Amino acid sequence: MSNWIEACAADDIEEEDVIRFDHAGRTFAIYRSPDDEYFATDGLCTHEQVHLADGLVMDDIIECPKHNGRFNYKTGAARGAPVCVNLRTYPVKVDSGKVFIEIG
Amino acid sequence: MVIVGAGECGARAAFALRENGYDGPVTLIGDEPHHPYERPPLSKDVLTADEPPAPKWVGLPERFAALKIDCITGMAALAIDRQAKTVRLAGGSSISYEKLLIATGAMPRRLSLAPEASGRIAYLRSFADAQRLRDHLRPGNHIVVIGGGFIGLELAASARKRGAAVTVIEAQPRILMRGVPEEIAEVVADRHRAEDVRLFCGRGLQEISEQGRRLLVRLADGEKIEADCALIGVGAQPVTTLAESAGLALDNGIAVDATLKTSDPDIHAAGDCCSFPLAIYGGRRVRLESWRNAQDQGTLAARNMLGADEPISAVPWFWSDQHDLTLQVAGLAEGAANVVRRDLGEGAFILFHLAADGRLIAASGIGRGNAVAKDIRLAEMLIAKGARPLPDQLATPDVRLKTLLAA
Repeated sequence: MSNWIEACAADDIEEEDVIRFDHAGRTFAIYRSPDDEYFATDGLCTHEQVHLADGLVMDDIIECPKHNGRFNYKTGAARGAPVCVNLRTYPVKVDSGKVFIEIG
Repeated sequence: MVIVGAGECGARAAFALRENGYDGPVTLIGDEPHHPYERPPLSKDVLTADEPPAPKWVGLPERFAALKIDCITGMAALAIDRQAKTVRLAGGSSISYEKLLIATGAMPRRLSLAPEASGRIAYLRSFADAQRLRDHLRPGNHIVVIGGGFIGLELAASARKRGAAVTVIEAQPRILMRGVPEEIAEVVADRHRAEDVRLFCGRGLQEISEQGRRLLVRLADGEKIEADCALIGVGAQPVTTLAESAGLALDNGIAVDATLKTSDPDIHAAGDCCSFPLAIYGGRRVRLESWRNAQDQGTLAARNMLGADEPISAVPWFWSDQHDLTLQVAGLAEGAANVVRRDLGEGAFILFHLAADGRLIAASGIGRGNAVAKDIRLAEMLIAKGARPLPDQLATPDVRLKTLLAA
């Protein structure tokens, strides 16, 4: 069953940036890519449980603010030491200027 | 390919050899009983967790097995025979190499003013050290920390968190003299004082002696302090014995060139144990003791062992966590002509250090949690580019550093 949750307004996130979204005891990171697409992943780095929303988005990479572990936020793939466990990703849609994520 | 030293640097090098397509034999030799683990938590979570935690692994035995990396633990490398291209091991056997990487790290500098064999004098380098140290950190105990550098202050914060009383003794006029601007050191000092850490700066140590079941710490000015344990954090020395006995060139550590090659073309060195020329700072020779440097150089050494011949391009970067504050520094601030402050709100701020020609050479930031992380990372990229950002823009929080990077 689908479970779409309204996360934020589309323009809450600047281009090539990320914000944190907490819902029902869980934390997510929602991204706006340089080409204006939206993505969502788990909010915490798989290395040391640090909030990725404090990190830097460059192209399709989110870099953890603490130890610079890198992930492709579009696929969740771990892309460099010290991270080796992939991030979980979630479907995203934008409707009437609002961003929804499906957290299933 | 043989790697001596199974810390962060050696392990990253071993992985990187495989990631770069090398499929011949790789042997990683470490003298600790454990597989490679991360050292940063040793002064923090390993000490403060309610239950003694396990090491945080860089790689578990299964990963080494899957990558066909022969990871030999609990084994000291005794000597290098450069003619025969072999490394003699403590077990009596020898292992031959085509290319050798020395990643032996650094060891805490010993304090001659303290009894060498006391169970109440603690140094921190290994997981075993951290486990021993843990037992001293409890309510009712008074801990004296010798040295107000990063290790000493992180230990002080962890000891307070566990309920011990803490006094830090620093011979220099302030804490964090090395590598941290005074404005930021003052924020750190205030935070420690607010947590009831006693900071004694500009106070030399005379001697530490055992008095029954306690320690007596005598300061040069005559003051006597009783303590249950002394934690010593007075710097580290590169481990160079292997390199030295093999006749490799030394210069504040094992001297390597910009590609991490030692004076023997078949031997590289990387991480805390080596000094290297840093092109972005005019080729100045530096030695770094940081986690990121160990990772970066381990990875670069692996590529160069395979013939890539790439020079070091990374900007020095490190962080420290104390209480709820995180400090991050990118670059080397020495020689800055101009310092610009950028306030990020909630007490967090960054100091940008600019050279006389306007180039950004360093950025130091402090704040709660990861408040400064994003901007320090962008500053690191600006430094790497040799950018000359305008001081006004750096000082204005509304000007996104990312836009300066694109300029």
